[in-house]
Amino acid sequence: MKQSRILSLTMAAAMSAALLTSCGGGTAAQPSASQPSGAPAGGSGEAITTLKIGGIGPLTGSAAVYGLATKQGAEIAVQEINALGGLQLELNFQDDEGDAEKSVNAYNTLKGSNVQVIYGCTTTTPCVAVAAETFSDRYFQLTPSASSTDVTSGKDNVFQVCFTDPNQGTTAANYIKDNNLGSQIGVIYNNGDAYSTGIYNAFQAQADSIGLSVVSVQTFPEDTNTDFTVQLNALKDAGADLVFMPIYYTPASLILNQAKTMGFAPTFFGCDGMDGILDMEGFDTSLAEGLMLMTPFNAWGEDERTVNFVSAYQAAYGTLPNQFAADGYDCMYAIYAAAQAANLTSDMDNAAICQAMIATFTSGSFSVDGLTGSGMSWSTNGEVSKAPVVVSVQDGNYVTQ
Amino acid sequence: MKKLSPGRKRLVNNSITYGMVAAAFIILQVLRGQGMVSPSLEGQLVPICAYVVMAISLNLVVGISGELSLGHAGFMSVGAFSGVIAAMSLQNAIPSPALRLVVAMVVGALFAGVAGFIVGVPVLRLRGDYLAIVTLAFGEIIKNIINILYVGVDGSGLHFSTKNEAALALESGGKAILKGPMGVTANVKLATFTAGFILVLIAITVVLNLVNSRAGRAILALRDNRIAAESVGIGATKYKLMAFVTSAVLAGAAGALYAMNYSSVAAKKFDFNTSILVLVFVVLGGMGNIRGSIIAAALLTVLPELLRAVNDYRMLVYAVVLILVMLATNNPTIRDFFSRLGLKKAPAKKGVKQA
Repeated sequence: MKQSRILSLTMAAAMSAALLTSCGGGTAAQPSASQPSGAPAGGSGEAITTLKIGGIGPLTGSAAVYGLATKQGAEIAVQEINALGGLQLELNFQDDEGDAEKSVNAYNTLKGSNVQVIYGCTTTTPCVAVAAETFSDRYFQLTPSASSTDVTSGKDNVFQVCFTDPNQGTTAANYIKDNNLGSQIGVIYNNGDAYSTGIYNAFQAQADSIGLSVVSVQTFPEDTNTDFTVQLNALKDAGADLVFMPIYYTPASLILNQAKTMGFAPTFFGCDGMDGILDMEGFDTSLAEGLMLMTPFNAWGEDERTVNFVSAYQAAYGTLPNQFAADGYDCMYAIYAAAQAANLTSDMDNAAICQAMIATFTSGSFSVDGLTGSGMSWSTNGEVSKAPVVVSVQDGNYVTQ
Repeated sequence: MKKLSPGRKRLVNNSITYGMVAAAFIILQVLRGQGMVSPSLEGQLVPICAYVVMAISLNLVVGISGELSLGHAGFMSVGAFSGVIAAMSLQNAIPSPALRLVVAMVVGALFAGVAGFIVGVPVLRLRGDYLAIVTLAFGEIIKNIINILYVGVDGSGLHFSTKNEAALALESGGKAILKGPMGVTANVKLATFTAGFILVLIAITVVLNLVNSRAGRAILALRDNRIAAESVGIGATKYKLMAFVTSAVLAGAAGALYAMNYSSVAAKKFDFNTSILVLVFVVLGGMGNIRGSIIAAALLTVLPELLRAVNDYRMLVYAVVLILVMLATNNPTIRDFFSRLGLKKAPAKKGVKQA
């Protein structure tokens, strides 16, 4: 028996050794990553020919639809940019399942494969976790859709292409007040979701300060979002003539359906999470007639850029792009424009690139015309400044207001 | 071949468990010192330690005490958030990061222990699968409570609210720590691999000593035959509660360690899926087999990251691997092969003694 003990010990050792070697396999290239770190910032090397971008977002799990959109939108942009010749972009997109732990893992994997700029994350909580890492490791980070202010606060290297949640809430309240859309406001929001709660809190604060009357506030939790009759009845009883819904389109589609069934027909007003509702499988678009939403991107827009993007996207993926895809597309063009303006050279390491990109992004003269806004510029706190757009649904299409 | 006495057998077995963990730690530290560990593995070291402790502690309930718990992530969550709140509110009072991490883990362990006691006292008096149902509900309740809870700290102490950040009414200079569904967003990362290693050692020591004590034998007796055990005067509730609360305490400490490794933690993370994940570690490692839990937790945490190379098929391959491992560990031929190797000396039912 004694021999077998020794054997078992050896086995255990072999197993842990196997574990280590298998993980270490990917590290062979690592030392070369740190090699150019001695180069001074803004060095005199040749201009960079390929910029490696590491993308992070959920490709599996419940938020996969958003992650896939940001990935596919970015891929369209990368193809277009690479077809121009000159600076080439190389996008390596890793799945984070919408989870902070997996997101940091994805980031570390990207770091191991020598990416130079981080694009992501798609969702907020993972983005905050990754932003803390990129801040200490000095990687430039641009997120298409993580909209909380926590993503950028206190970090000079993180920038957003989307509006922040508080910004959306405030804008929505102002828009409703200025256009006299309703006098008795009801709200339904998801109090288990950071995005929804963030918008609602800012909306309520702004409504209080400009004297917009909020008559009833209804919530629903993250897990049980199939029956909204209780909330809708409460709103109906409170006499709401406009219902503000800072939520994603899946629960919103059910709300619209159930409101119609019970004969409750106020104006429904949503935010950018509502974008995509018309493209939802099995959704009767007539239910959304008259729905107003704030979205930076209108897939039915008639400007040349939008038309080209939508047709390229449909050809590649067979679906209509939503605002997440458009945000992703704009991110790539913003990175491309900044990389050219910053005169990146091939001997710069990630910290030097980060520094040069930050300087470019926050310089007053830098602006990007994209699908989600023209003349997008960034302040030092990382938030984008662009004009909000409100659309309403008419005959199954968006019509810009 | 001479037979070893049970006491000696146990000693050898426990030494293998400790030795395996220590060896893994030393090898990793040496490799890290030489910069040979990939950033990907480097980032996973602390979560691996946390999951290993989770698996060990759940094994105490599921494998050794024989009760099914489906809400272990709930205790992790309690530990994580109470630990983070403690660490962040004591940021100025305790300047040493190591000490603050210890305080966070102790606070997390205490709160999770209290939660375990509250859940355990009524439920462990019952017979049947009630614990599974109640722990399942407990996990969901904790998640929903933390989702609406706002906690802030300023000069006059902690503030709590269930409404929003503004309702905390913080003085200037105060900061919101826990922000409802956003969770904690400005956490200062304190967790280190060494701290994780020490926690794993503590967890192994606590569980192995408990199992090999008088109380542990009572717990095992209750699992194997409750009626017989009660007939010789073993109080079922007391011993089951002992195992359950110990498990909750360890899970709380693991939760605090885990949370202190990220600058953002949300309640959503500690949902039913995480509970099941930990249960999978325990089942794959072998019920009641501590060493198996450690290996299973480490391997299954690393596996999804290793599978990044296969991109879209990652989750599919992961699931297939799980099924294959299940089949392999239940295959008589393979079991026989391992038992001849001396890795598994007896059927899993008696595996406890060698853990």
